[in-house]
Amino acid sequence: MSVDKQTQALVRLASEVVERALKKGVDIAEVLVSEGSHLATKVRLGEPELVEEASSRSMGMRVMSGQQVAVTSTSDMSAEGITRFIEDALELVQLAQPDPFAGPPDASLLAKPEDHPELRLFDPAIDNLDARQALELGKQAESAALSSDKRLTNSEGATVARVSSASALVTSGGFRGAVCGTYASITVSPVADDADGKKRSGYYWSATRHLSDLKSAQFVGEQAARRTLAKLGARKIDTQEVAVIFEPDAARSVVRLFASCILGGSIWRKSSYLVGREGTRVASDLVTIVDDPLIAKGPGSRPFDGDGLASRRNTVVDDGILKTYLLDTYSARKLDKNSTASGSRTASGSVGASTSNFILRPGEMTPEDLISTTERALYVTDMMGFGFNSVTGDFSRGASGFWVQGGEICFPVSEVTISLNLDKLLQRIDMVANDLDLRTAIASPTFRVNNMIVAGR
Amino acid sequence: MTSRYYAPFAEQGSSPIDRTVIGRLLSTALSYGGDYADLFFEYGVSGSYLLDEGILKAAGRSVSMGLGVRVMKGDATGYAYVQEFTEEAMQRAASTAARIASDGSVVRIASLSERRIARRYSCENLSLDVIGEEKRDLLARADKSARMEDARIIQVEASFRETLRELLVATSTGKIARDRQPLIHFGVNVIAEQRGKRQSGSSGGGGRLGLEYFDHCPVEQHAQEAVRHAIVMLDARESPAGEMAVVLSPGDSGILLHEAVGHGLEADFIRKGTSNYTGRVGQRVASDLCTVVDDATIHAARGSINVDDEGNQPAKTVLIDKGVLRGFMHDRHSAEHFKTEVSGNGRRESFQSHPLPRMTNTLLLSGPHDPEEILGSVKQGVYARKFGGGQVDISNGDFVFSLTEGYLIENGRLTAPLKGVNLIGNGPDVMTKVTMLGNDMRISDGIWTCGKDGQGVPVGVGCPTVKISAMTVGGTQMGNG
Repeated sequence: MSVDKQTQALVRLASEVVERALKKGVDIAEVLVSEGSHLATKVRLGEPELVEEASSRSMGMRVMSGQQVAVTSTSDMSAEGITRFIEDALELVQLAQPDPFAGPPDASLLAKPEDHPELRLFDPAIDNLDARQALELGKQAESAALSSDKRLTNSEGATVARVSSASALVTSGGFRGAVCGTYASITVSPVADDADGKKRSGYYWSATRHLSDLKSAQFVGEQAARRTLAKLGARKIDTQEVAVIFEPDAARSVVRLFASCILGGSIWRKSSYLVGREGTRVASDLVTIVDDPLIAKGPGSRPFDGDGLASRRNTVVDDGILKTYLLDTYSARKLDKNSTASGSRTASGSVGASTSNFILRPGEMTPEDLISTTERALYVTDMMGFGFNSVTGDFSRGASGFWVQGGEICFPVSEVTISLNLDKLLQRIDMVANDLDLRTAIASPTFRVNNMIVAGR
Repeated sequence: MTSRYYAPFAEQGSSPIDRTVIGRLLSTALSYGGDYADLFFEYGVSGSYLLDEGILKAAGRSVSMGLGVRVMKGDATGYAYVQEFTEEAMQRAASTAARIASDGSVVRIASLSERRIARRYSCENLSLDVIGEEKRDLLARADKSARMEDARIIQVEASFRETLRELLVATSTGKIARDRQPLIHFGVNVIAEQRGKRQSGSSGGGGRLGLEYFDHCPVEQHAQEAVRHAIVMLDARESPAGEMAVVLSPGDSGILLHEAVGHGLEADFIRKGTSNYTGRVGQRVASDLCTVVDDATIHAARGSINVDDEGNQPAKTVLIDKGVLRGFMHDRHSAEHFKTEVSGNGRRESFQSHPLPRMTNTLLLSGPHDPEEILGSVKQGVYARKFGGGQVDISNGDFVFSLTEGYLIENGRLTAPLKGVNLIGNGPDVMTKVTMLGNDMRISDGIWTCGKDGQGVPVGVGCPTVKISAMTVGGTQMGNG
């Protein structure tokens, strides 16, 4: 089936279910139908370990009766399954209590089908990647890693995966839209033997929406090897206050925590330290953060949001000043503001604000220059754990990486924690590098925080 | 009570799966020369209720079902799944998974017989079958109780989630097993505000049972506990940073054990030689106070199972006995590799995933010490009471867990609440530093979900009061350690 035919069929199915629910007496019905297929293969020490192949379908619905709301979802797409799914929604909506802020978006705000931008999220070539080719790519990638150094004695394997998905959203308020997307990825995780009998594992990966943009197996393998070997001999350092440099993978985890604190739900629930901070300084003036759903081939791109509003680019932080929260229709009403078209509809049928491509703008300097101009710092490459309190901003996480002294990387560090309130952390960013990589929907270049607490020995 | 909820493949269901169908699917699965095949039929239904700002804002229900077919050839796994139980769709999945093998060798399917399994929980009073109003009332009671408890509470969110997971496993070695696994979770989150400062507090619990859970643990108890947590935290001060003694409270602190040693004893990491505990059976890996078991048999506990997701019956596995490593948690794959008995730890998130060795309820058993004596022995340190979660790097054993409620210990007494901090240690190292162990072992109320390879499964943890002589505390206060 062609992509167009596939999405048309999904739109048709969603429309039918919307009609059936309305006939049963609900005031509002919104249906999201999704289907997808995937292949995942894993090679370990040169041998195939896993070939997994499947396709799936599911449907989620939100109904409203007055201002009472219910959500249902099902993977049972048989006639009885769908009938039950509608009946469940009718039963539950009677149980819910009126929420004065519930309701669909104003019809005039809905994106029209002809205005949905083409974001190049789908690559038909990805569907042609078969199990044999995927295993071969994995073999090459793992072998590129393991053959590069004899200290790499073991492996967690090389995974090559592809996913393609299509979904359609139809609402009784008049929205119809469909999206298709693909993804391919290569991940390699070698394990090295360290002198003290410990093992050190590391990894590297490439993931793209178009097959031709995927990094080569050789490159991914070599990077994974380099990152793993660099950890050999890691040790603890003394407890101290010192500058901390965040490599992009670690930096984006910090940016993700910030993202969780600017979403509409966390603001009206008052579960964010950023309540009441619009228009104020929340980061140093080197920090500009944009949420951009319209990036071509972007991992978090979407032509319209979960409420059916046309996607738009939102500057969240501009030179350190918080410009806006990210809002869906509901949280915007709760806060007496306009939606930023940041609604995301989950498979379960509910809608909440979410980020799309949430990106900290890169600076001018290379990460090498950033390190070479640093006298003393902990250079963090990996973080562990969940130590973050969004209500207060208190941040404390496990970290590993390298010790930097006199502008040089000296030795690997592990088993330490880094702590500082996120509000202070972002305001203490004093350098931002230019190494932004859009492998992930939340992304950041390397940055430096001039002073944090590092706890170790 | 008759349930509204039965899997289509159940004997009471709309399209029961019998031995003939199972036999045909297994033959297809082995048709390319696989050594072993299994079928995992699953039907999951869940209900969710969220009361927010005093209003039941959304009620939800979700159904998910399908068949996962696994075929093994040596160490390689072929896996495929479908969401329909039509024979044509199921045959397609079996045939896709079959292609992991290619040599066409013939393995005979053993004669199929249904296994009797233990009864560690019951679906007699399935909460899904209870009218929604009862659950709405429970949430409303929690909301009211929290707001009455303290005027500084500005937000209350109470949630209830109920799940039934029905499964049917059939293997080419002749096993057929069925189980119905109920699970409920109740939680309260509150936010307190005082002079412009805000803090959150939470409490939750549940297990493999119905609404009778609330007979022993009324919703008010969770509401009051969440309020107590938030109010205490309003006065929290900066935590010291550096290495110091840490005392763990009984119960939820078992999460430390889950991260510090639990994962490293899952036998897939041993098979691959990527765990630090590889080849160390019979050696001392913890202080001699420590006995660690994985126990799937605890009545109605969140991590308990009657049968694992490969059709094997888990029991109580001794992992560490008085500090000495005794064994690992196996699934079929690792047990075959080591030519040992399966331990019934083969679990998967759903029919969409292949099984892995996973923990059930992992416990550090009681020791000889009076908890008061343990606290009294610490001159300066941190007392850990509530936790956010943890993570481990299997290869080197480094692990973290985060505190959401902790206290400063000064001269054997708890003096001040501390802001949330992260604790970091090395599993094998920390286990040798367990210098005192309380006689007050407690199993956590059911809240934990363990993630591995992207698959989440419900687990239980438990431990007594534990003293660790030195661990790194990730505080923000210098010169106090």
